[in-house]
Amino acid sequence: MSDTSRRHGKTGYLLLLPGILWLVVFFLIPFYSLVAASLYDPAGSDFRGYRMTYHWQNYVDAIRDYWQPLVRALIYGGIATLLCLLLGYVLAYAIAFKAGRWKNLMLVLVIAPFFTSFLVRTLSWKLLLGDDSFIVSVLKAVHILGDNGHLLATPVAVVAGLTYNFLPFMVLPLFASIDKIDYRLIEASNDLYANPITGFFKVTWPLSLPGVVSGTLLTFIPSVGDYINAELLGSTKTRVIGSVIQSLFTDANDYPAAGALSVILMLMIIVMVLFYVRRAGTEELL
Amino acid sequence: MSWVRKHIVLILGLAVLVYTFVPIFVVVLMSFNRPPSEQSKIYKFNQFTLDNWLHPCSDPSMCQALGRSIGIGLAATLVATVLGTLLAFALVRHEFAGRSAMNLLIFLPMASPEIVMGSSLLALFVAAGFAGQLGFWTILIAHIMFCLSFVVVTVRARLAGLNDTLEQAAMDLYATPRETFWKVTFPLVFPGILGAALLAFSLSFDDFIITNLNAGNTTTFPMYVWGVSRKTIPMQINVVGTLMLLISISIVLGGEWRRSRQAKALAAS
Repeated sequence: MSDTSRRHGKTGYLLLLPGILWLVVFFLIPFYSLVAASLYDPAGSDFRGYRMTYHWQNYVDAIRDYWQPLVRALIYGGIATLLCLLLGYVLAYAIAFKAGRWKNLMLVLVIAPFFTSFLVRTLSWKLLLGDDSFIVSVLKAVHILGDNGHLLATPVAVVAGLTYNFLPFMVLPLFASIDKIDYRLIEASNDLYANPITGFFKVTWPLSLPGVVSGTLLTFIPSVGDYINAELLGSTKTRVIGSVIQSLFTDANDYPAAGALSVILMLMIIVMVLFYVRRAGTEELL
Repeated sequence: MSWVRKHIVLILGLAVLVYTFVPIFVVVLMSFNRPPSEQSKIYKFNQFTLDNWLHPCSDPSMCQALGRSIGIGLAATLVATVLGTLLAFALVRHEFAGRSAMNLLIFLPMASPEIVMGSSLLALFVAAGFAGQLGFWTILIAHIMFCLSFVVVTVRARLAGLNDTLEQAAMDLYATPRETFWKVTFPLVFPGILGAALLAFSLSFDDFIITNLNAGNTTTFPMYVWGVSRKTIPMQINVVGTLMLLISISIVLGGEWRRSRQAKALAAS
């Protein structure tokens, strides 16, 4: 809709007010509280209270103590995002161009599994990847996995879980982008003797970039922060930053360290999002 | 062989789709499983039984947590859908200052990791002196917050795709703005609002990370599953998982069916 048909006047502001107020009070202001907590005197506790001492050293300490889970979360999230892109692209492309009249049904089927509780779904991977599962015995039979090999409690299981759980976040934006592509452009590239692979990289892929950008963001961001997969399918050796923040907050009540880690994670994400937003523009990304 | 080559993309796509259903198959299967003993920690199919379906609440704390999740989900959905729909109307239909700032504010919650949003909110609650009162209300506040943006995006997509010729026709036929809104605009946008509400409910019902930080001693269904995942896993959680799947599929398919029937009726007339 063009800008000219938008109504002026105070109604617009009234409609905005409650929702925006909610986001300001319960989304924006909490960031201020988080940053404040990250600068408290680390000697404080629930019992004695916290003093604001602008203790920037908290950040240095947090990175020194927890850089491993932080890097681990980025690696797991990065690999899972790439796998999602690969699987999701194939699926989205098939739905957009090959499904014909089954398009709607296939879209429903993409989303359907994800209405089963996240945790229950993740637990079923525990069974699928368990030591005497079908998958493990096949992998052992073809000697991809050694005789004493495991899948469960390894980084492979964590990445598999992340890939599975965040796949729809990739498929839906990809589908939205690919579906808009005029298929005649792809046919034209075939007519002009581009082989399918050249055609894909010169025509389809560039046209689907908006979907790729938002899909990777929507997959990468939650998978870096997630700790459910790392805890349920991994081991103490696969601990990720989300799990550290959670236990520092609720078990150790170490608000300064937990706050600093949260801020670090958020800053890293913001840098990434700004980079992408500059390329795609906010309205287009949504 | 040439058939395979021709349909390779579709075959691979279907393979990915099948992969997404493998764990679901396990959930359904395990809902009929009788564990070898009451305290068994082995999560593996043992023997067929209907017990889990006949006695879903054999652990009362599970059903309590489930009830709480449904309650919070309904309340959060109601508030988030109303506020989000108002926001969507403002964004698409009204002119106001600071549009790009508003867009950013609505986009950010979807682009923030849950752990950061959850810990920020906890920091606010602690700073405001609510550390001892974490529970139903703090969970509800959090859920409304993270559902809101998804509602806005869903309703806005529907609203932006709407052609305003029907509304102009209504106005030309002397409908008042109020009549036009309730008789033309709202019914046209309603499927979008309904979709947004379903999305909000499933987001709220399924949330663990934000809830876990702001729940205090209150337990929701995902928190219950988390708690038992280290101990004996009651097979009834799979009954809940299966039921959720069945309910959501029937809602979605029901909607599709109604839509196709309306389309047919329209074509016939």
